[in-house]
Amino acid sequence: MWKWLHPYANPEVSYHFVGKLLPWISKITILLLAIGIVWALVFAPADYQQGDSFRIFYIHVPTAILSMSIYIAMASAAFCSLVWQFKLADASAAAMAPVGAVITAIALFTGAAWGKPMWGTWWIWDARLTSELVLLFLYLGIIALHNAFEDKNLAGKAAGILSLVGVVNIPIIKYSVEWWNTLHQGATVSKMEAPSMSIEMFLPFVFSFLGIAMLVTYVISIRFRTELLARNGMRPWVRNLITEEGVK
Amino acid sequence: MILLVNSLNIQCSDNQNNKSLLLSANALTCIREDRILFETLDLSIYSGDIVQVEGPNGSGKTSLLRILAGLSQPYDGSVLFQKQSISEHADVFHQNLLYIGHLPGVKGEMTAQENLEFNLALHGNDAATAEETLEKVNLLGFEDALASHLSAGQHRRISLARLWQSSAPIWILDEPFTAIDKRGVSELEQLFLAHAERGGCVILTTHQDLSFPEDRVKKVTLDYRFY
Amino acid sequence: MIPNQDLSYKAAFSLIIKRDLTIAFRHRDDIMNPLLFFIIVVTLFPLGIGPESTTLSRIAPGIIWVAALLSTLLSLDRLFKSDHDDGSLEQMLLSPHPVFILVLAKIIAHWLVTGLPLIFIAPLLAVLLHLNENSYGALMLTLLLGTPILSLLGAIGVALTVGIKKGGVLLSLLVLPLYIPVLIFATSAIDTAAMNLPYSGQLAIIAALFFGSLTLAPFAVSSALKVSTN
Repeated sequence: MWKWLHPYANPEVSYHFVGKLLPWISKITILLLAIGIVWALVFAPADYQQGDSFRIFYIHVPTAILSMSIYIAMASAAFCSLVWQFKLADASAAAMAPVGAVITAIALFTGAAWGKPMWGTWWIWDARLTSELVLLFLYLGIIALHNAFEDKNLAGKAAGILSLVGVVNIPIIKYSVEWWNTLHQGATVSKMEAPSMSIEMFLPFVFSFLGIAMLVTYVISIRFRTELLARNGMRPWVRNLITEEGVK
Repeated sequence: MILLVNSLNIQCSDNQNNKSLLLSANALTCIREDRILFETLDLSIYSGDIVQVEGPNGSGKTSLLRILAGLSQPYDGSVLFQKQSISEHADVFHQNLLYIGHLPGVKGEMTAQENLEFNLALHGNDAATAEETLEKVNLLGFEDALASHLSAGQHRRISLARLWQSSAPIWILDEPFTAIDKRGVSELEQLFLAHAERGGCVILTTHQDLSFPEDRVKKVTLDYRFY
Repeated sequence: MIPNQDLSYKAAFSLIIKRDLTIAFRHRDDIMNPLLFFIIVVTLFPLGIGPESTTLSRIAPGIIWVAALLSTLLSLDRLFKSDHDDGSLEQMLLSPHPVFILVLAKIIAHWLVTGLPLIFIAPLLAVLLHLNENSYGALMLTLLLGTPILSLLGAIGVALTVGIKKGGVLLSLLVLPLYIPVLIFATSAIDTAAMNLPYSGQLAIIAALFFGSLTLAPFAVSSALKVSTN
């Protein structure tokens, strides 16, 4: 596997490789998102209790799941870069952090917006909302640390260590918040027991989830290419690229 | 490590008939803030060598020394100590290394003697001789003065005092003569020469001309590069 | 030529502790200021909330613990900053001893001069806040087990930001989220004690967090320091 991967460890090769993939990713993203969103917002049946406000679920849950997945992907990339010194892994971790932060912010916002019709208030100290908020703090910390270093390589390493520390802490924080929540809130919050979802509701969810996941992949790929250019600004291939394509 | 100290002693008696490779750098590349300081730099340093790294400001002299000491990681390439990677065998390497950088590593809240004792003990040297050593760097009478009351030159003397007690063969010194007076410089030069004769090596940067004969000093010149 | 003395881990450990304590006691402001900050923050709360004793005793555990977090945060800077600025840190990284031991010694020394005084002063502040009488034991125990965690986790943040010129605000952004579990379990233990219920469960979790961070944090700190001195 390593031999097969080896050519892609070259920044130039992977820059062009990702460049070739991009149009495909964008087409799939548009297709999936269009199907998912239209189906979810127009055709899927409304919830018998919550009515149409339930439809925010189709944005909220995918972003909430992705917010955690992106963090884990970022931490894995950081691990690879710290242990095996993969410089590309470093660039990809740097590409993921802001995307993850935005997705987490969307999950938080949609969660709050969903809370308004459900609980009658924008914010409650629900365990999941709280741990999502802490996750946002962790993302912001990583981004801030990354920006604080002048040297991109050092920034990547420092942010990588922090994201690994965060990965150890996320489960602890998550469970402590859940525990804290049950202790303090008791029965005041009606827990949203995941009802066995009907298939008409589940299928649009799958599409919107995949659509948002592909959108995230698309944005991360673009950022990854930008990171590669920024890190290799003094390399001949980047200079050739500039002379070929012109400074845009 | 004990092996190495022994071999050093043997070389003391043999003088330098057989030079052994102490430190080697393979294809080092250093990139700082999007600028390539040096690329695919190879370097072999043998026992008995005095190596002066030259170059204008900003050409990467300090970066090179820090990479050789293992403080900085090169963008690419590796540094080997006795054919072993210095990052993988850091403990063995550190027992054989004495690095003094730009900063003297002297605490203002401690006295000159306490500073030296700590520095010696930290690197596994005999701290009991600190007082005699201070005499060698002309700090006799200042041993109980808080370092914050001493001058920059005296701080540097405190940190350089370790050289007199060190059994490490590899000395990496970044601008050791900064803030040192003329007499101090010539004493240090004698010390470097003696260390090299004993089978050690000295890698240093300095803007001053060394008073050694031309053939005694190996020069590594780094250029400032524009892109 | 003097032969290399083999310095044991224990000797290296006590060497650093002794040095850091010497420096701290010759620079007593560094010990006093965070402590004073702790006291002032705690006295601000009654002024902001009102002197009603039932309200105060209800929120006393939270106030004391949040103030402890903040004052630890304030004192963290001196853990590696001055060593980094004067070059001692790179000498420590280049010493033949495992960095793990040196880092652990520095963190423990830091706790001795900043965490320990908090534990002594906290009961007095608890009196001011009308803390429930049953809670004093829990307060002391949680502080005893919890403040070392604050020093250990905080050290990771300092190690990451020590090379950055204005790392102070950044440090709080990095470190405070990591403090959440300690805060939750400590205050809950104190609350539970107030109701005269056993709080050994919470204490056990704090102890687990303590041993977890004791074994893992020094590794993170050493690798972070290597990045920061790069």
